[in-house]
Amino acid sequence: MNLVLQIAWTHVRSRARQTGVAIAGVAVGVGFSVMMAGLMQGSQDDFIRQLVNALPHITVNDERRNPPPQPAEQAYDAAQIHGLTPSVRRKGIKNPLATMAALEAWIPGAVAPSVKVQAILRYATRDVGASITGIDPRREARVSELPNQMRQGTLSSLYTATNAIIVGERLAEKIGARVGSNITVQTSEGTQASAQVVGLFRSGIASVDEGSAYVLVRTGQVLARQTGLVNELRIRVGDPMEAREVASRIERQTDYKSVSWQEAHEDLLSSLVIRNVIMYTIVGAILLVASFGTYNIISTITHEKARDIAILKSLGLNERTVRSIFVVEAQMIGLAGALVGFVLGYLLCIALGSIEIKSPFMDITHLPIAYKSWHYGVAGAVALLSSFAAGYAPARKAARLHPVEIIRGAT
Amino acid sequence: MTETRTSEIREPKPAPVPLIEARGVTRILPGVVPTTLVRGIDLAIGDNEFVAITGPSGSGKSSLLYLLGLLDLPTEGEVLIRGRATAHMTEDERAFTRLSMLGFVFQFHFLLQEFSILDNVALPMRALGARSESDMRDRARDLLSSLGLADHLGKRPDQLSGGQRQRVAVARALANEPAVILADEPTGSLDSKSSEQVFELLKEIVDNGRTVVAVTHDIALAERMHRRIHLIDGEIDSDRSRR
Ligand SMILES: Nc1ncnc2c1ncn2[C@@H]1O[C@H](COP(=O)(O)OP(=O)(O)O)[C@@H](O)[C@H]1O
Ligand SMILES: [Mg+2]
Repeated sequence: MNLVLQIAWTHVRSRARQTGVAIAGVAVGVGFSVMMAGLMQGSQDDFIRQLVNALPHITVNDERRNPPPQPAEQAYDAAQIHGLTPSVRRKGIKNPLATMAALEAWIPGAVAPSVKVQAILRYATRDVGASITGIDPRREARVSELPNQMRQGTLSSLYTATNAIIVGERLAEKIGARVGSNITVQTSEGTQASAQVVGLFRSGIASVDEGSAYVLVRTGQVLARQTGLVNELRIRVGDPMEAREVASRIERQTDYKSVSWQEAHEDLLSSLVIRNVIMYTIVGAILLVASFGTYNIISTITHEKARDIAILKSLGLNERTVRSIFVVEAQMIGLAGALVGFVLGYLLCIALGSIEIKSPFMDITHLPIAYKSWHYGVAGAVALLSSFAAGYAPARKAARLHPVEIIRGAT
Repeated sequence: MTETRTSEIREPKPAPVPLIEARGVTRILPGVVPTTLVRGIDLAIGDNEFVAITGPSGSGKSSLLYLLGLLDLPTEGEVLIRGRATAHMTEDERAFTRLSMLGFVFQFHFLLQEFSILDNVALPMRALGARSESDMRDRARDLLSSLGLADHLGKRPDQLSGGQRQRVAVARALANEPAVILADEPTGSLDSKSSEQVFELLKEIVDNGRTVVAVTHDIALAERMHRRIHLIDGEIDSDRSRR
């Protein structure tokens, strides 16, 4: 066996109990780090999955990021032009069908059109403001979760009546309507129409369930008083992580503002980053504290073994070799602690993952836990690194010890 | 540690270069009242010598031995090993010189308690790393056997008598075939019988062509050695050879 390893091993063995405590410290640190990481990552992945499922991955609407140049600006080479009446732009995406066909040709996913109208829904004497979306039921199924959120009726129920409407469950409750009720729709454009409720949906998001309704695209265009109007395209891509890239390509191609889900929820995602930074800081602190135990034991051993160090140095072992004995001891503790910690962390994750969460609004679920090998890798690496740091200071001191003083003292 | 300065150092020279040479060596411990351990030591120790360092207690015998063995550094003067100055060596170079050329035996045996005596003897060889593992074990076994310890190879130091432990310490000092053994009162803590055995051992080492420098306050033993350097108050009082 290698001399350094051999000596290091006898040292940690001679202090088995204290070494055990130090190992336990590192193990608990690593175990809880792994658990925390699994829990945080799990809930984050779950959150993003829900977000990604609930929303279109990309929304293309008729706005532009930069206002188009006014005709006057193009005609005259002036720095600035004042007092113009801007040319009125017709709302909506131009040639929606052609645009959709062009996008569908290359986008790895599906495209669905929608018409947005703000309206007041009235039933009996009660009314409530709602955002009405005109959809194409066949295409809608490919870009949103709406078909799965239907509580009564289906999307194709929209074809069963003229001016058929699907409303949120809470909205229906608010105005007292149910399937079959004829409600009045009054838009901000001034259109008033009667519509028959053919279905109810529930997304689980309160503001959506009490403030939105769906009609056919055609009905939406009538309500908006603009035939052929499509003011939004919603896109779902195969890999949600590609959304940003696809969105910017769409924007370059069509000139319409094209927003990926990541961009739409930049603030949420950056709060996740902050959350992660906080988590890893805490995990780092735990592991740092765990390494104090290692520092303690290595310091104790170097004091206890001062005589042995003097012997080794008088025999001719150099400082580096003596130092590495104690660094290796610290690393042994770090390694053993990390390995035990991996097992502990894995068991903790399993235990946490088996906890059932009961909620009146949801089916019974389990805490989402992510099992990622890199969680173990990072926790293990930090544990080894902090063990190294914890062992290095006393090791260096021990290696610099002057043998003569100790030999004199012992004689 | 694997640099081979040894070949250069051990290279036979036409004019005999002393094995260890002290030139005006003075060692003063700093302090409010500085302590002079040794002062103005000039001496040269050659090959195949058997040198006793004697003197009253506190006369600087141990201090001198530490200086000759590069465990301590002189405040003035210099120590040369095979003609090579050591003052400007790095700590690593001094350690390597000790490991490969010098063997220490102290009054207290100074073995590693957790190691078997075989491992204790193999330790300097492992540190030097010049032999294969089986070679090291063979040599350690041979050394211990030749010192009458063949039956104790796997024992811990505390399972041996004082005399046996001191013989293990001598075996360890011999492990890397050093040019010189430096012993600080090697028989100091032994009864007369063990003491005699250890002395015979040192004598044998000299008979085999090596040099032994031993500090002793036992005048009778010193008289049986080839050369006696007597210290008083850190200075050489007399340096007499019988050969
Ligand atoms: N660390 C120290 N501090 C103060 N005095 C010391 C120290 N080490 C040695 N001495 C003194 O130096 C002198 C020489 O010591 P030493 O070489 O051990 O003598 P010897 O081995 O001949 O008995 C003694 O007087 C001793 O007390
Ligand atoms: Mg002494």
